[in-house]
Formats: sequence, structure tokens, C-alpha cells
Amino acid sequence: MTDQNQDLLNHLLNGISDKISDSSISHGDLTLIVTVDTVLDVLKYLRDDAACAFTQLLDVCGVDYPERSERFDVVYHLLSMTQNQRVRVKLSVDDKTAVPSATDLFDAASWFEREAFDLYGILFSGHPDLRRLLTDYGFEGHPLRKDFPLTGHVEVRWDDDEKRVVQEPVTLMQEFRDFDFVSPWEGVRGQMDVLPGDEKAEADVSDEA
Amino acid sequence: MSQAEDRKFTINFGPQHPAAHGVLRLVMDLDGEIVERIDPHIGLLHRGTEKLIEHKTYLQSVPYFDRLDYVAPMNQEHAFALAVESMLGVSVPARGQYIRVLYSEIGRILSHLLNITTQAMDVGALTPPLWGFEEREKLMIFYERASGARLHAAYFRPGGVHQDLPQDLLDDIYAFCDPFLKVMDDIESLLTENRIFKQRNVDIGVVSHHDINNWGLTGVMARGSGLAWDLRKAQPYEVYADLDFDIPIGKNGDCYDRYLCRVEECRQSIRIMKQCLEQMPGGPVSSSDGKIVPPKRGEMKGSMEALIHHFKLYTEGYHVPAGEIYRAVEAPKGEFGVYLVADGSNKPYRCKIRAPGYAHLQALDYLSRDHMLADVSAILGSLDIVFGEVDR
Repeated sequence: MTDQNQDLLNHLLNGISDKISDSSISHGDLTLIVTVDTVLDVLKYLRDDAACAFTQLLDVCGVDYPERSERFDVVYHLLSMTQNQRVRVKLSVDDKTAVPSATDLFDAASWFEREAFDLYGILFSGHPDLRRLLTDYGFEGHPLRKDFPLTGHVEVRWDDDEKRVVQEPVTLMQEFRDFDFVSPWEGVRGQMDVLPGDEKAEADVSDEA
Repeated sequence: MSQAEDRKFTINFGPQHPAAHGVLRLVMDLDGEIVERIDPHIGLLHRGTEKLIEHKTYLQSVPYFDRLDYVAPMNQEHAFALAVESMLGVSVPARGQYIRVLYSEIGRILSHLLNITTQAMDVGALTPPLWGFEEREKLMIFYERASGARLHAAYFRPGGVHQDLPQDLLDDIYAFCDPFLKVMDDIESLLTENRIFKQRNVDIGVVSHHDINNWGLTGVMARGSGLAWDLRKAQPYEVYADLDFDIPIGKNGDCYDRYLCRVEECRQSIRIMKQCLEQMPGGPVSSSDGKIVPPKRGEMKGSMEALIHHFKLYTEGYHVPAGEIYRAVEAPKGEFGVYLVADGSNKPYRCKIRAPGYAHLQALDYLSRDHMLADVSAILGSLDIVFGEVDR
């Protein structure tokens, strides 16, 4: 599988190297990094080139990294049934810039892009029908963004006096519990630079000084 | 105003309708009885599964997958387990793999039985669901005997399966297999040559190869049109490569061919199940890596290390190295994929669930155009959608 990915990558670098910003192969998956300007060209090449034949767009989704200036990743997963191969195409974008819609190339992109717009607020230009899809009628906000609270902002209940469903701000009967079990004795891992609680100890020292 | 324009109107279908297979609202533009456009309104069952998973450890995320396509729960868990295992570099022992395949095929029969029979009900037959659900009941008892739950199993966990199966359960599943083939024959005798069933399904909702590519259709939706594509053969996972089974394909790509494919897939699933049971090796059912798979209760009584592992795995969970991965399984409805982004912590950073029903329902508008209103429920039935996975 990895060899097949490497062959495909070499083929792509021969054909459209100027449109691919970066690439990687991990866990047997080939990832191509593109930009907002080149994504449609790359998708079209992947679909139409005989050696690629990625004729199926399986998935489009967003990923949110709020600490980045271009906070969203838009990730496309393509499948080639004739080559029996998959490829992932990724681009990053901020919440103001519109990503050109892939609906002209694949009709399947329509709902996946609507979902990404609904849940992340990623804009797609040229989409024929960019409405919300999964959230409620009249919903505000983009729930899968990292800065959107898990509890949401409003809750609904049936009001027996008004005989309709009313929306109210969320009130929690019990404080929201988010346990952090990250181990204090196995050392710092990943992106956690400061162990939970350590910042208090340092703050105390500076107060005394 | 001309007479033709006179006859155009918009009707609302659902959200509560027996043929909607869940909570689906369709806004349909009709010209007389001809469908001009369908605008599906989904999300009525949206529970924010992907958001919830971001706030749970990897092990705590497993049960959410049961609640996606709730007629074949373990097939969903399977995709997640495969993704996490690949990222961790954990391998599943042979017995665990056979058990997974066995229960995946039980899930496939569960799903197909529901779909075949309720689709028949959508087009007017009342008896098939009664016959089919009797068999589903038996299969759900096999689920219960393995995992303790009829539906929400949480049985395929990263590293293997939760518990070993007792021999008498394996014997009972084997005893189920051959009589079930007879039941499939009986159900077929109700439908396959049934004049009304054929009138409602033949040449309805025809899917071409171009449509398969354009709309991202997978599973029976692709095979019904003669495209021999099955991840169990094309990109084999677990022990599917060692098993002998056939992939039924249709010819015309209509609702009727998809029905025939599903019936034959049930028979092939029985074939796979019997091979699994015959070849079932002994040994452990999950990885022996104590940092990933919790210890058995007995070990905890005597081993301090096992006790620590148990405590750590059920509080903090395990850390998955940073990276991203897409893993898919051939779920009964099509390709069910999980795109997992890990940041090195004990919780998934992002877990996108690629549900086959979502892509299929999207094509409903296209497939139903210029069909009669009554055909919409036949097409909707043969798309095989379950709202747990469409709305997530």
C-alpha cells in the first residue's frame, strides 16, 4: 500500500507539482496539502487523470485549530475504485475566506460542504445551496468549533402556557464536569506544556516577591 | 395561468412518517403526481456525536458508534477500533479477529433483514417484517449473550473485543445458520416473484455507474448496478482475506436488484459466519498490551501492575500519538469511515464519521426526479438509510 502511495505521489509530483504545497504518507494514507487557489485543479486532476481516477469523493469535513491564523482545515477524502486507492487532500483557510466549492466536480460534495458550513462556519463559494443542514431551524453559531461549549448556548422546552416550544439560555442544574485525568506523574506529553495546577504555584511565587 | 402550471404544488412528507425510516422531513415539489424536486431536511436526530467524542477518551467514544446505525451497531465500532489500533500500532489476536468478523456479519444480516422487510412494507407487504423480525430477535440475543446488550454493544474495543465468547454461544450461532437459510427462502418466496413487489421496484430508482461516482455511492447502492466493489475483498481487513465468500452484484441498478443483492448478501454472510465458527482458533481475544487493553478482573486481584493499569485506563485512558488516519469498513449500508485526528492526548482531537446513509440520502433528490410520488418511498426504502448515522 505504501509503495502504491509513493508511486502515486511521484506521478502527481510529475504532473501537478506546482499545485501541491506539501505531501506526506503516514499510516498508509497519502495526504496532499493544497491551497484555496489550487484545490479545484488538484481535485479535477485526481478525478480525470487516468492513472489517478479518483472518481469518488467520499467525504469533505472541517477541522478546527483556533490557535492558528488560518483556523480551519478542510479535508477531502477521495477513493479510486479502479486503482483501489485512497487519497486525502487538505487545505487550511480562515473563517473569512471562501473555499471554492467542489460541487461542479462531484455532486456528492454538496451536503458535505453544507455540513462543514453548518458545523464550522467554513464558507464555500459557488455552492448552489449553502444552507444549514444538521442543526435546528434558526440555530445560531457553529457547534463543532472548539470555542463552542459542549452544552451549547440555548436549550428548548415545551411551554404549556404558550403551547409551543420555547428556547432559553442553558441553565445547568449541576456544574458541568469535565474531568482532566492527564497524568501528573507520567511527564508532559503532546501539547500540554504546563501540568494542570502548576500555574498556581508559579503565580504564588510572584505574588510573594 | 396555463393548465400545466395549475397542477404544481409542494407537499411536506414527515418528519413522522412510517415510510421515512426515522425522522426525515421531505419538502417535495410535485407536478401532478410527478416529483420535480425533493429537498430533504435532516438533522432532527442530530445529537452532536462528533462533538461529544472530542470530549471523551478513546474508550469512552466507543459506545457512541453503536448509536449511529443502530440496526448494525458493531460494524460502526469496528471502523473506530481499526482507526485507533492503526494509530497505536496494536494488533488483534486471531481469535479476536474471527469474533469481529463473525459479529460484523451478524450485524450485516440484522441490517439487511430490517431493510429488505421494511422496504417491502413501504410498498405494501405486511408479512415480511413479521418474519424477518423474528430472526432479528434471535440475532440480537446473540449480541446480548456476547456483550450484555441487544443493541448498544460496545463490544469491539480498540485492541480486540471486550470479552471472550463461551463455546455454547458459538454452538448456538452455528445451529442458527442453516435454518436461517430456509427462512431467507421463505421471505424470498413472499417477495422475489411477487407481482406487486416487482411492479413497485423494477426499473425504479436506477443508478448508473456515473451516478455512483458522482454521488459517492458505496455498498449495495454500487453493487446493485453491477460494480463489484466491496471493501471486504478490495481492501481486506481482519481475516476476510482468508475466508471464502462471493460478492453478489446486480445488473440493472434498480430497487429490485438492490433487494436481490441484499438477500444474497445475507446468504453469503451465513457462509462467512459458518467458516468463522469452523476455523475459530483459541487464544486471547484482545491484545496483551496492558497499556491499551484493561486487565481481566481475576488478574487485578493478584497483580498490583494490573490494578494500576485498570485504574489508569478507566480514568485517564491511553494516549494516542499525534497524527491523522482514515479507516473504513464495509458496513451493511456501504462504506463507513472514520477520520481521526489525534493530538497526542487521551481524547480524539477530531473524529469525523463518514456515514454511507448520508451520501445515499443526498442522492434521493436526483434518483427520485421524474418518478411518481409513490416511488419515493420505494427508493427511500432501497437507499437503506438509518437516521442515527445520517444525522449523527
